[in-house]
Amino acid sequence: MQRLGRSCVSWTSPRFPQVEPHATIAEIKNLFTKSHPQWYPARQSLRLDPKGKSLKDEDVLQKLPVGTTATLYFRDLGAQISWVTVFLTEYTGPLFIYLLFYFRVPFIYGHKYDFTSSRHTVVHLACICHSFHYVKRLLETLFVHRFSHGTMPLRNIFKNCTYYWGFAAWMAYYINHPLYTPPTYGAQQVKLALAIFVICQLGNFSIHMALRDLRPAGSKTRKIPYPTKNPFTWLFLLVSCPNYTYEMGSWIGFAIMTQCLPVALFSLAGFIQMTIWAKGKHRSYLKEFRDYPPLRMPIIPFLL
Amino acid sequence: MAFSEEDGSNGGASEASEEREAPGRRRRLGWAATAWLTFYNIAMTAGWLVLAITMVRFYMEKGTHKGLYKSIQKTLKFFQTFALLEIVHCLIGIVPTSVLVAGVQVSSRIFMVWLITHSIKPIQNEESVVLFLVAWTVTEITRYSFYTFSLLNHLPYFIKWARYNFFIILYPVGVAGELLTIYAALPHVKKSGMYSIRLPNKYNISFDYYYFLLITMASYIPLFPQLYFYMLRQRRKVLHGEVIVEKDD
Repeated sequence: MQRLGRSCVSWTSPRFPQVEPHATIAEIKNLFTKSHPQWYPARQSLRLDPKGKSLKDEDVLQKLPVGTTATLYFRDLGAQISWVTVFLTEYTGPLFIYLLFYFRVPFIYGHKYDFTSSRHTVVHLACICHSFHYVKRLLETLFVHRFSHGTMPLRNIFKNCTYYWGFAAWMAYYINHPLYTPPTYGAQQVKLALAIFVICQLGNFSIHMALRDLRPAGSKTRKIPYPTKNPFTWLFLLVSCPNYTYEMGSWIGFAIMTQCLPVALFSLAGFIQMTIWAKGKHRSYLKEFRDYPPLRMPIIPFLL
Repeated sequence: MAFSEEDGSNGGASEASEEREAPGRRRRLGWAATAWLTFYNIAMTAGWLVLAITMVRFYMEKGTHKGLYKSIQKTLKFFQTFALLEIVHCLIGIVPTSVLVAGVQVSSRIFMVWLITHSIKPIQNEESVVLFLVAWTVTEITRYSFYTFSLLNHLPYFIKWARYNFFIILYPVGVAGELLTIYAALPHVKKSGMYSIRLPNKYNISFDYYYFLLITMASYIPLFPQLYFYMLRQRRKVLHGEVIVEKDD
């Protein structure tokens, strides 16, 4: 958004069929698509100033700071893809890729290991946990999440899939390797790690449900999330994005369970990204709500 | 991509028409930052000059490049490693370059110096080493003196000209030197198995330095043209005052 768009078009209303003062930006976008079919509404960014912020779909024309003629600037956001499509693709990959390594499909490890099975219990447990994690994510995408934005730029799907699929393959390779070394502290370590993983998965799911209940179907309203009767949601007292906190916890649990450095590195990468998102979300909350609870930190209680 | 030029300048102007109003254009640099950056850039210019002179004297006295790396290695390591500070400059905002660009630039240099020429002794007398050393030296002297003069608000045109023209030759020369050196190092890395971890181990990870180097060499293919064409665009903007409208991605 910092660079000059090659298609920054000034469009004044007399050129178009009459636009009613009470028209919403969404309706204007639909009108624009009729005369420029290659730019469907999701690709359009309309603003009052070439360098200004995008107007929201719900904004009403007469409520904007315009006179009798409104000049709107258009920027092409590029090919768009729906969030649901992106999520489904980026999560299905790891689910299947991990299983390829788990079942030791040919050409990954030496031929004498083809379709053999690990003799370590933790390896089977890890497969169950990893698969459960991504099945949960897929189901949440289909049935739980309510998205603020419908779409994102198309190039994101390549970037995101490379990240998820690449890391999944890298982790799965070592965990399911014939030369895999089980955790140093044995069953004790695995049990503790499994407990952490399960608790954090439940926690993460609870937060997703709580966030879903904050927002009625089809709406884009934003409200401050608060703890509910579910004890897992009490983390809202201390952080703005407990879903990320729990997600971190799950991966830490998985890393301890498998004692696999690539898993730890994946957790670190995820932590960095989620912290950036959490800080951004926290800042938006603070900006939007005057009465935002002051004790809350973005992602780690008291610290970050 | 050790041999690459970064965007922006150290608290000075890089745009042609804005030379005069340079320091105030993007930010008001405090006196302490200006003093430090001026000292830093003068010191680096001097360091690379010393390196250049030592290299020339060695060749004039010995008539061969064999032993040249050994004679300059301490100075090279000192000044190239000191350049890590440039990442800090970007982090604290006294230099307008992005941390990522500066990070990639310096990291690739550190990689060449410490992980290739320092660690793989048999290749130190390769001709390709001299190739990239010459390219780096000329580039750095030009670059640091450019920054120094910009900070002092007195940039001679020929320095600006040098900065935006020398790279046209030096950049490919430097890349060639680096790639040839890494290539020469490959057999030694494979034989010694250095910097590698094999399975089984208790952290369940493996790393093969030999394959890592192959991937590094391959990464030059997408990266080098991007950086080279970026510099060419900068050159057109700065030297010829072209207004280039960036494509909206």
